[in-house]
Amino acid sequence: MENVATAAASSQAVAKRLKKRYAAERRFKALGFGAIALALGFLGILLVTIFSNGSTALVQTNIRLDVTFDAETLGVSPVNPSADELLRANYGGVIKSALSKAFPDVSGGQRRQLYKLVSTGADLPLRDKLMANPGLLGTTVSVWMTAGADVDMAMKGHVSRKPGVEGNRLTDAQLGWLDELEKRDAVTKKFNTTLFTTGDSREPEQAGLWGAVVGSFFSLSVTLLVCFPLGVATSVYLEEFAPKNKWTHLIEVNINNLAAVPSVVFGLLGLAIFLNFFGMPRSAPLVGGLVLALISMPTIIIAGRAAMKAVPPSIREAALGLGASKLQMVTDHVLPLSMPGILTGTILGMAHALGETAPLLMIGMVAFIVDIPASPLDPSAVLPVQVYLWADSPERAFVERTSAAIMVLLFFLAMMNLAAIMLRKKFERRW
Amino acid sequence: MQLLTLMVVLLLLTAFGYRLGRSRALATASGNPRLLHSLPSYHGYYVALWCGLPALVLIAGWLALEPALLHWMVMSSLPVDLQGMADERLALIYNEVRNVARYGHTPSIPAVGEAAQHYNAVRHTMFISVALGALALAVAALAYAHRRIHADMRARNQVEATVKVFLVLASTMAIFTTVGIVMSLLFESLLFFRHVSLIEFLFGTQWSPQIAMRADQVGSSGAFGAVPLFAGTLLISGIAMAVAVPLGLLSAIYMSEYAAPKFRSVVKPLLEVLAGIPTVVYGFFAALTVAPFIRDVGSSLGLSVASESALAAGLVMGIMIIPFVSSLSDDVINAVPQSLREGAFGLGATKSETIRQVVIPAALPGIIGGVLLAASRAIGETMIVVMAAGLAANLTANPLEAVTTVTTQIVTLLVGDQEFDSPKTLAAFALGLVLFTVTLALNVVALHIVNKYREKYD
Amino acid sequence: MNAIPVTDTRLSKVAARDVNVFYGQKHALKHVDLEIRANDVTALIGPSGCGKSTFLRCINRMNDLIENAQVTGSLMLDGDDIYDKTIDVVQLRARVGMVFQKPNPFPKSIYDNVAYGPRIHGMARDQSELDEIVMNSLEKAGLLAEVKDRLEESGTGLSGGQQQRLCIARAIAVAPEVILMDEPCSALDPIATAKVEELIDELRENFTIVIVTHSMQQAARVSQRTAFFHLGELVEVGDTEQIFTNPQHPLTQGYITGRFG
Repeated sequence: MENVATAAASSQAVAKRLKKRYAAERRFKALGFGAIALALGFLGILLVTIFSNGSTALVQTNIRLDVTFDAETLGVSPVNPSADELLRANYGGVIKSALSKAFPDVSGGQRRQLYKLVSTGADLPLRDKLMANPGLLGTTVSVWMTAGADVDMAMKGHVSRKPGVEGNRLTDAQLGWLDELEKRDAVTKKFNTTLFTTGDSREPEQAGLWGAVVGSFFSLSVTLLVCFPLGVATSVYLEEFAPKNKWTHLIEVNINNLAAVPSVVFGLLGLAIFLNFFGMPRSAPLVGGLVLALISMPTIIIAGRAAMKAVPPSIREAALGLGASKLQMVTDHVLPLSMPGILTGTILGMAHALGETAPLLMIGMVAFIVDIPASPLDPSAVLPVQVYLWADSPERAFVERTSAAIMVLLFFLAMMNLAAIMLRKKFERRW
Repeated sequence: MQLLTLMVVLLLLTAFGYRLGRSRALATASGNPRLLHSLPSYHGYYVALWCGLPALVLIAGWLALEPALLHWMVMSSLPVDLQGMADERLALIYNEVRNVARYGHTPSIPAVGEAAQHYNAVRHTMFISVALGALALAVAALAYAHRRIHADMRARNQVEATVKVFLVLASTMAIFTTVGIVMSLLFESLLFFRHVSLIEFLFGTQWSPQIAMRADQVGSSGAFGAVPLFAGTLLISGIAMAVAVPLGLLSAIYMSEYAAPKFRSVVKPLLEVLAGIPTVVYGFFAALTVAPFIRDVGSSLGLSVASESALAAGLVMGIMIIPFVSSLSDDVINAVPQSLREGAFGLGATKSETIRQVVIPAALPGIIGGVLLAASRAIGETMIVVMAAGLAANLTANPLEAVTTVTTQIVTLLVGDQEFDSPKTLAAFALGLVLFTVTLALNVVALHIVNKYREKYD
Repeated sequence: MNAIPVTDTRLSKVAARDVNVFYGQKHALKHVDLEIRANDVTALIGPSGCGKSTFLRCINRMNDLIENAQVTGSLMLDGDDIYDKTIDVVQLRARVGMVFQKPNPFPKSIYDNVAYGPRIHGMARDQSELDEIVMNSLEKAGLLAEVKDRLEESGTGLSGGQQQRLCIARAIAVAPEVILMDEPCSALDPIATAKVEELIDELRENFTIVIVTHSMQQAARVSQRTAFFHLGELVEVGDTEQIFTNPQHPLTQGYITGRFG
């Protein structure tokens, strides 16, 4: 009897314990799932924040004004002005008089505020317009002009249009004019071509990414030109020719360690060796590309060796057995067969180099550069550094532009990764 | 531009050499390639290499020597009174001469203008002579190689030997890079330690690297005690690891032990996306969104949170490192033999018990190795802390305050205008040396542990 | 390149004198003396690890690829010392071709597989000559009828037996004097094996063949001479008929009658 009782008690205890164990099991599983959800949730928040911030930068507020190309205001001769005259003419004055005409009752002191509605860079399109068609001289045309950054922010709702609210940089008078312009249907948002066609600027509404894109292109070209031949040559040597001795081992250990050295240290190397020792130009994509090449080299070598290892030894034997020399074996068989793998690794290495920022700061690529670089020797920014520079700017309008710059950067990265994935899928070979 | 032209001419000459070598080889074999030791194309490459390489070496040597030669020739032509000036002044003058000569700036004194003309003349003459020399060398070598071609010549062996030399040279690049890093860090750091003692640098608790612009300026002698930087780095990396290790490890466990293959094939690449996002993006996000969020939450709880709190930077850095921890742990967990799991299941253990009591302990060395690698990455991470952590060198363990890190200071000290030899810029190299040493040590230890672990189950 | 000798079948094509191979400390091949006659099929038999493959790979210096492998003694091919410093390994391998245990076609077209050797050795002056070499080799390998309509397809798409015959065609295309075969049928089914064996017999007319095989029946079927290796030593060599009917050495007898191996 007693036995049965203890048995029942113990079976009850077992059941209870089992229940507890299963609860622990479920908790553990939920914990794992939660961790993944948290990580992905963060990714989602990050992307949503960037995209919601950045998408508004794709459009730009424009204001329509009736502009009179008055020879006197422009300061050019009324009949047949020379191209040089037109080039140097006072288009700002034309815009100012157009604004005064639109709001005739604004008095002298407030005019200054009025002029700020329109971007200080709005005169350039006017110049181009007139120079393309000098016949417009003396006529009045209706022109859409880039609005100032503060107006742009207010129109996009990034800052409040209620007077006196924090962050609102427009005065009551300016807000009133803006309302009036809206009533006249003279305010609209247009696609922001400036963002994709010009270089950097202190004025948010005139700042563009093209200079940085070109700079990134030059840098990555240098990186690729240096890194790919050297990386492949190193992989070939280590995988196919190198004897297994201490020297080879040293090289291998070195490559593995270089892959883990913080990138900022490579920046110090670039500063000390390339700039100060060899006297290369500061801020140049050439130097940036070289530094990035040193950073990407281990990635490419490791990928290249893995790809060559995957080529079965029987292929090598077959080639050698036919009397191919070792180098012929490599160039005719091993390299072509491992090329998809090498290229995939190279693209991923390049993608990484594209996003690299810190080492480029060291070699002076943070300078404020307006011009689009024409060669890898010209001072230039690159995309991630442009993000850094804009992120540092106090104007509210640069927040959306920074986000837009990030979107462009992520777009390029996504394309490169996609290319790598497709390459891998297309040429995947099972031996 | 001139250089480009020279290179193109040389390239054309080389291509010409290739054709010449090929056709001569065929001619000596009276058109029958079987009579040749090597394929005709190898004879072509042979001549091309002879034609191109020596000339290329000459040009490269000149490029390396040109700045020094120019400097010497221009400086020795300066008027005597200028030559007697202090070295710094002379360096400035030479800089101006170069700018005037290259970019047409207006010279500040006539002597500079003359020197600039001299500079251009010398440069031009040197280039012409080198160009002619290189081309002459190329032609002579071409003729020499061309004459040596005959049917029995082992052109292939010679070409391949040259290529092999190139391969060996390429593989030494890694060594040169490491040597370059160590040398530049060491050299500049030694200069730094002439100004500041090693003890003060490593153990001092005051960090304010401002240096007096004038000798008599007060209150800005500069203090280079790096302890607050080390502490700040540890604090932020510690927060990052506290986020990344549990999340990464749990993700890896779920992925390798629980998740269906389909789930895995979707989620794993998504997690990898976290690793592919550039750090500057994380930095922007931390500064724009996370830091204000934490500050707002903190103030609603009645806490005072710095707007550039260590917590924000550490949190975002931790998220960035998650995929790193998870993919390393994933590899390690998958390497645990199935037989161990089956043993535990066979005893009636539940899945989570098996994982916690068998799989994880078995995988622990590998996981520790992975965590060390992740820590080294956190310590070396730059952009997030540059953008989201502060510059104030506070010595604190409070994650809600602003701290600064080694990498932040390296960037801050070197960005902007700088005189190269001031302790301020040199300090960056000393910090870089510390960073390099610590991360290298962490990596060596971690790789050692991971390799040991792999051997155990291979 | 020398002309292929077809007249004197008694001529010694490859002569090994006191050949030793060491892999590091391991003495893998011990004092081997062996003559391989021209236009014979010589079979190398023996239990696993006896050194027969090692010896085979000495003849075209494939052992060079193995690190710390060392070969001593003399190996002559038509009076040329194979291990002489002045011998170009690449040219040697053009004279001594090889077919491997597992078919290893290049992942290229059937045509390119066969044309690869002639191309690297510059054997064809123009495309039509190359075509001729390829067709001839495929014909000789007994593969032409099966593949002539799909020469541009990948060589890896063929069946195992076809792949191995493609590898043989590839070896023939270089016009070697000697063809080494390292267990060429071990990865093939019986029908494919029969085809390859038939082919080996036909090839004897133009080439000297050395074949390593695990199968005694195969050695008996295809070879004229047989050499028996054991533990790195050459135990016995003689006409195949004699080895199989009247072995001189007790080890040989034991192996042939299946008492060990």
